[in-house]
Amino acid sequence: MLEVKNLKKSFGSRVILDDVNVTVKDHEILSIVGPSGAGKTTLLRCIAGLETADSGEFLIDGVPFDPAASDTSESVIGVVFQDFNLFPHLTVFDNIMLAPTMVLKKTKDEAKSEAEQLLNDLGLNDKGDLYPHQLSGGQKQRVALARALAMHPKILCYDEPTSALDPNLRREVEKLILGLKEEGMTQLVVTHDMDFAKVIADDILEVNSLDQANQK
Amino acid sequence: MSIHYVSEILPSLFQGAGLTLQLFFWTLIGSLPLGLIVSLGLNSKIKPIKWVLDIYVWLMRGTPLLLQLIFVFYGLPLIGVVFERYDAAIFAFILNYGAYFAEIFRGGLQSIDQGQYEGAKVLRLSYWQTIRKIVIPQVFRIVLPSVGNEVINLVKDSSLVYVIGLGDLLRAGNIATSRDVSLVPLLLVGVIYLLMIAVLTYILRKVEQRYSYK
Repeated sequence: MLEVKNLKKSFGSRVILDDVNVTVKDHEILSIVGPSGAGKTTLLRCIAGLETADSGEFLIDGVPFDPAASDTSESVIGVVFQDFNLFPHLTVFDNIMLAPTMVLKKTKDEAKSEAEQLLNDLGLNDKGDLYPHQLSGGQKQRVALARALAMHPKILCYDEPTSALDPNLRREVEKLILGLKEEGMTQLVVTHDMDFAKVIADDILEVNSLDQANQK
Repeated sequence: MSIHYVSEILPSLFQGAGLTLQLFFWTLIGSLPLGLIVSLGLNSKIKPIKWVLDIYVWLMRGTPLLLQLIFVFYGLPLIGVVFERYDAAIFAFILNYGAYFAEIFRGGLQSIDQGQYEGAKVLRLSYWQTIRKIVIPQVFRIVLPSVGNEVINLVKDSSLVYVIGLGDLLRAGNIATSRDVSLVPLLLVGVIYLLMIAVLTYILRKVEQRYSYK
């Protein structure tokens, strides 16, 4: 279970997050919904350690952790970015295997067989040797997902998983996320698409205007 | 332009070309890593580092290489730093080319999308792992054509070492030309430069092909 308590973040004098509380229960999906500019991406970036919160507490299974700490090889949060941020100079295999070998110190063989398994599960079994630019948007997203999963995160976060894709791929993304839920993954999905959120989420956090972010 | 005459002067020209190539080689060995480190410093958030490096780049790009050679060889001994001719030349060349490479790399570094750093960060890669595995390979590909340009310039710039009395290819040709009152040696010098640069151009093309992923 991920808990965020009393999270505050401002940029200069602009208050983006004021006392936000978030709870993501184990094996569930929490969707954070709101219009653009409401701070939902900032919230996700704080949880992922890409922004430093001004104040607030982060707990995983009741134990505090610092999302921005990079000295731990323990992977708490995995992120699938809006535009995926795949490494363009590396093949799909190398994108997935890089962190497991460099950070988790797995052997190449171990990392490779895990990567193969992940690609298989995601229907990308023949794409391992391709470069990101040779993939479609949906395939890129699944590679980004595989790359995050290879680090065995406790929570998987998505930033606008439907926005960089063709609208008719929305169903695919829904299936993907719900499929992972069945396998027991705890997930947090930031989206502006309420319909999408309603389909996938167990719980929805609406961030309308900044100060009234409250979990229903 | 008899064959006999050509074969007579070629050995001295080759000797000069040897020095040119040595200078070329050691300058690259020293200036490419130097340029990389300086470029990381130029992008640093620590202001004093950036200022010092800005001044270094300004000095090196703002004065002629010829002048820098003279200062290193004749000027530095005045404050107690004495170099052999050859070492002085390599030292000055590394400093000068390091600054140019730093500027090229700085541009390359800035063209790397912030998302690449963030992608690496959430995968828990350290700063140096990110630089080594994500940033440098991409920068390398971006800067390769500009670096190639400088590398080719370096072959010809190395002829400036005559000013501190080193005998490179051009100087060898000059000596033969004034001794024999003939332009043939300089013609040969031109041909040798062209050949060296043809080989370099070929290698650079191959490297570019090897590292292109698009």
